[in-house]
Amino acid sequence: MTNLIAYWVSHRGELTALLGQHLLLVVVATVVAAAIGVPLGVFAARRPRLAAPLMATASVVQTVPSLAMFGFLLPVPLIGGVGARAALVVLILYGVLPIVRTTIAGLRGIDPAIREAGVAMGMTPRELLRQVELPLALPSIVAGVRVAAVVGVGSATIAAAIGAGGLGEYIYRGLSMVDTTVILAGAVPAAALALAVDGLLLLLERQLSARRRTRSHRAVLGAAAALAAVVLLSSGAAARRAHGAIVVGSKNFTEQIVLGEILAQVIERDTGLPVDRRLNLGGTIICDRALITGDIDVYVEYTGTALTAVFHQPVRSDSSAVFESVRTLYARTGRTLLPPLGFNNTFAILVRGVDARARRMKTIDDVVDDTPNLRAGFGYEFVERPDGYPGLAKTYGLRFPAPPRVMDLTLSYRALASGQVDLIAGDATAGLIKGLDLFQLEDNRHYFPPYDAAAVARAETLLRYPGVRTALERLSGKISADAMRAMNYAADAEHRDVRAIARAFVDGL
Amino acid sequence: MDAESNIPGFLGVVWRFGATVGSAMPPPAIEFRDVTFRRPGRSPVLDRFSLAVESGEVLALVGRSGAGKTTILKLVNRLLTPDSGAVLVEGRDTREWEPIRLRRRVGYVLQDVGLFPHMTIGGNVAVVPRLEAWTAERTAARVGELLDLVGLPAAQFAERWPDELSGGQRQRVGVARALAVDPPVLLMDEPFGALDPLTRAELHAEFRRIQERLRKSVIIVSHDMGEAFALADRVGVVESGQLAACDRPVAIAGSDDPRVRRLLDAMPAMPRASAHRALVEP
Repeated sequence: MTNLIAYWVSHRGELTALLGQHLLLVVVATVVAAAIGVPLGVFAARRPRLAAPLMATASVVQTVPSLAMFGFLLPVPLIGGVGARAALVVLILYGVLPIVRTTIAGLRGIDPAIREAGVAMGMTPRELLRQVELPLALPSIVAGVRVAAVVGVGSATIAAAIGAGGLGEYIYRGLSMVDTTVILAGAVPAAALALAVDGLLLLLERQLSARRRTRSHRAVLGAAAALAAVVLLSSGAAARRAHGAIVVGSKNFTEQIVLGEILAQVIERDTGLPVDRRLNLGGTIICDRALITGDIDVYVEYTGTALTAVFHQPVRSDSSAVFESVRTLYARTGRTLLPPLGFNNTFAILVRGVDARARRMKTIDDVVDDTPNLRAGFGYEFVERPDGYPGLAKTYGLRFPAPPRVMDLTLSYRALASGQVDLIAGDATAGLIKGLDLFQLEDNRHYFPPYDAAAVARAETLLRYPGVRTALERLSGKISADAMRAMNYAADAEHRDVRAIARAFVDGL
Repeated sequence: MDAESNIPGFLGVVWRFGATVGSAMPPPAIEFRDVTFRRPGRSPVLDRFSLAVESGEVLALVGRSGAGKTTILKLVNRLLTPDSGAVLVEGRDTREWEPIRLRRRVGYVLQDVGLFPHMTIGGNVAVVPRLEAWTAERTAARVGELLDLVGLPAAQFAERWPDELSGGQRQRVGVARALAVDPPVLLMDEPFGALDPLTRAELHAEFRRIQERLRKSVIIVSHDMGEAFALADRVGVVESGQLAACDRPVAIAGSDDPRVRRLLDAMPAMPRASAHRALVEP
């Protein structure tokens, strides 16, 4: 708690800015959603045959996960791309449904005798709508706006994935950094914002329907939903294992899922033990916590990540020294780091292949003079961690015209390829480097520390099942950077089944 | 486009002749000529129904529930249009009227009042004046005048809300609202149906008093012969979509027609109607 307050105090400027961005996103999105949703609801309420398909479409839109929605929108001109504009489009799409729904409900709930009185008094359809129907439906419509706004506060946290800013930046950053304080630094104000927005609109709703006694418990529901989302997000690893099985985990990107599948298949093949797959678990924090609590038995970590993000040690560049200290640190906490798999997934500074060829860029030094003309986009982790952007900029003397866009790592590759940004920090083994014709600039000043991939397992599990250890050690040095990039490419660009990719690799051992 | 120019051929000539030259006898305020109206797939609600309401006359239509009384009212203000025949208001076919104009010349008091719950009493009465874009002062003056007329002093009632009023008071507001822009024609659908006998008697007296002053052409629909006798200059009996009888109350009371007698016999106490008369007539 004191940590949290200290973090807020030390980041107060940033916190205020993020809160402001968050609020602005939600307000603009809700206003536009109402401007679209109310007329749509009025239209649908008068044409019952249209109402059903309209509601069905809106419901389908609502069920698309927001991160997927951001992905869909990236290549779309005008409304897509990265940044606040695309985030607004998504938030608006989510906000329209509740408003349409309550507008229809509000209009249909009007006593037919009252509507008939209006018609009989010589109101035109427009006069009837403005003087009778909309005022009577207004409390219901405002209730919909309230739902939209509260949902918006939640969805806006995910908008940080495409560099739209907002409180989600803290949540993503915290998840990537294995730092609960940072997660809470974003989650707590987001929940408070949801409550505040809900309370204010509830007040408005009461004011508007002062003549009619409507009461609602949505304030409580909204807050509960926001909190539940945070709890779900951070406890993604808490799913219980199947009895007696070895549980393999992985983080939430392609390479990790492929590696997780390879571990699982090797264990299955060599030991005959049942394997439970808990792949796609989110960031480092979730895997680390899951390993400690025993929710998973093994996953693949990178030595540099373990050193800095898990154990909060300073960056070092000697790869075998890093491996040894990480292994010791793990051993002290009841975990065993197995021998490296053979590739180093360090950060890769990437530019478009076309640009690299045109301007003859080979190393990071080659682009230093160009940086005033380049727009950079980086993942959360890269911006915050000590071996990320700040040190890189210092080492090479990089000066970008604007602060780097902060966005989801996977989306940043496409943002680069489609020209939204000009330079990103990706993973050296990313399949998309091959798939999207990106070029990796050489780290000629050896700034980036080693990120050798290695399986880390619960010591307890290895003691109980020695066969698992033997199986995992068979992978030692077997996965080269090229092999990893090829498997990532097969999964990301060729959309081949991860199980089949892993099967082909394991069969070739 | 002017509705007049829509009237084709001969009919149009006759209409214009009547309108320009004028005639000794003004046309009836409301006239039904052989009107048939049916809901799809059912037997007709109205079957070659004819009726005339003279200007300034109060006509009560009596009949059992479902006899088509409300349909008759809705045909007058063009909430419905006839399948055949014609309904004329002030000598002009409702289908030729611009519906909005027609409805603002025809006051309508609904069966269940239908006051707008989101407007004050004053606001409800002011609806049509505002639609007609009256000035605020004129509207306010008119609202005050009408609320006084129906016995709800504006100072006390204008700012109150419909759900704060009793049934009888709401009914009075309904009448004031219908009279707001001084329409020549007034339609009243069971206006006093849901009230207790005492309030009802009071409102009957009130109605006679107001009608004495305003001389509207009125159709009142009721299922109560006593009410019809108390309020109307003429009483029409509606039975199976036709007008079984239509005459002065005295003549109706003495009718031998079985369709009329059935309704008369259902009346609890004939003398009460006369009592009302005695009460309200000076």
